[in-house]
Amino acid sequence: MTIVANFELNKNRLANIKGRKIDVPGFKAPVLKKRSSAKNDNFVGWRRENGRVGVRNHVLILPLDDLSNAACEAVANNIKGTLAIPHAYGRLQFGEDLDIHFRTLIGAGSNPNVAAVVVIGIEDGWTKIIVDGIAKTGKPVVGFGIEGVGDIGTIAKASYVAKEFVQWAAELQREKCDIGELWVSTKCGESDTTTGLSSCPTVGNMYDKLLPKGIYGVFGETSEITGAEHLCKARAATPEVGERWYKMWKAYQTDVIEQFKTTDLSDSQPTKGNIKGGLSTIEEKALGNLEKIGRESKYIDILQPAEAPAKGAGLYFMDTSSAAAECVTLMAAGGYVVHTFPTGQGNVIGNPIVPVIKITGNPQTMRTMPEHIDVDVSGILRRDMTIPEAGDALIANIVRTSNGRLTAAEALGHREFSMTKLYRSA
Amino acid sequence: MSAPHLLVHELKDNVGVVVVEGLKAGTKMLCVVTHDNSSFELTVKADVPIGHKVALKDLKAGDTAIKYGQDIGKMVGPAKVGEYVHVHNLKTKRW
Repeated sequence: MTIVANFELNKNRLANIKGRKIDVPGFKAPVLKKRSSAKNDNFVGWRRENGRVGVRNHVLILPLDDLSNAACEAVANNIKGTLAIPHAYGRLQFGEDLDIHFRTLIGAGSNPNVAAVVVIGIEDGWTKIIVDGIAKTGKPVVGFGIEGVGDIGTIAKASYVAKEFVQWAAELQREKCDIGELWVSTKCGESDTTTGLSSCPTVGNMYDKLLPKGIYGVFGETSEITGAEHLCKARAATPEVGERWYKMWKAYQTDVIEQFKTTDLSDSQPTKGNIKGGLSTIEEKALGNLEKIGRESKYIDILQPAEAPAKGAGLYFMDTSSAAAECVTLMAAGGYVVHTFPTGQGNVIGNPIVPVIKITGNPQTMRTMPEHIDVDVSGILRRDMTIPEAGDALIANIVRTSNGRLTAAEALGHREFSMTKLYRSA
Repeated sequence: MSAPHLLVHELKDNVGVVVVEGLKAGTKMLCVVTHDNSSFELTVKADVPIGHKVALKDLKAGDTAIKYGQDIGKMVGPAKVGEYVHVHNLKTKRW
């Protein structure tokens, strides 16, 4: 028996999931006083010391390396409201691989969705590099090296500071911000033919509407542009940027695919999930993917993995893997505060720092795994929703998410934080 | 307009995408070209899952499949109009 008070069970929703073994109540929130209709041109966020605006207020417990995960998780367990983000790697890396590692950690800590950071590393030297990098934002940050102290002593010291941080951060007030202050990233996953028809053009429409208002945007997935590289090159703001983009894309083909492929990429591009969803070739996948940048937008610069944009507001391309967690982690490290994620077959990814908004146009996915989806644009396939209407629905959801609504991935506890690794450690 | 069974991106495309679940062979499909909202009818000749493609004209091995108005690969097997197009008869030209 279900006992219900102060909300309504959504009977239609229950009917839709008939046949599932678990009873999933829909939730229609109690109606409070009538709100003025949202115009979706502003939100309330946390303005940080460097002027950037965050939409979350995390106190991070950030490990420098894999060895420090245990201490970080212990601190996060001691001090409620803090967030440990364990990850692999961080020892014996060198060269560009190490640069990306440092940039990703410094970027994660510097993200405006983070109020303060406790860094823990096995030794002091590299720990200090991360602390100093994050400190440039002006936010409170402290580092502890484990060597010579041990886990227990480190956890105790770090816990005292984490407690101060979380109490301080909890009192920070949000302020009204223009929607143009948002940095919105995008990357799609578990694509199928419906993403190219509906959810990717929805993101593209959002960019066409919000980039002129001054937001920063970013797309990436270098390997997944293959098949549409001629179109992507043409979407650069200047021929020079287009040439640089093409060189970067070509280098990926030469340095990675030619070097490491066994036969070809047919087994991973398109993926098994893509093929199940009806995508037959990498070209078809790439053309759908590129719908995410809309009709008007042109990218103004090319970012290294985890690099923060430095040429002002506008759309950027970041040289990333197409693996969902790696890509979103790099974009979060670049300073983006909200991620828009079109999916066809139903990718469940989230990120610890950045809310990941899922958009699908696939009615089958909407029926079988609705708990993962934030914006349903399946009406596009039925022709009862237009792409501009879907874009507006996404913008409305971005504003609600920025105002504090948890995304499906946040509510479900998806905190994938995946470091990009270029080659074997020493 | 009633809900279409098949969507086509551009007028020059020679494949379209099924957008309904449980489509059965022999169904007379309402097809809509999203570029200009024009529509036509076509009878599908196989059970094609949602998201999967149907040939809009007779395609033979070696032909280029066009979607989004762009080259998406080459046919490696035939597909007559209304037949199923996927990895069994369509492959990238890259490798």
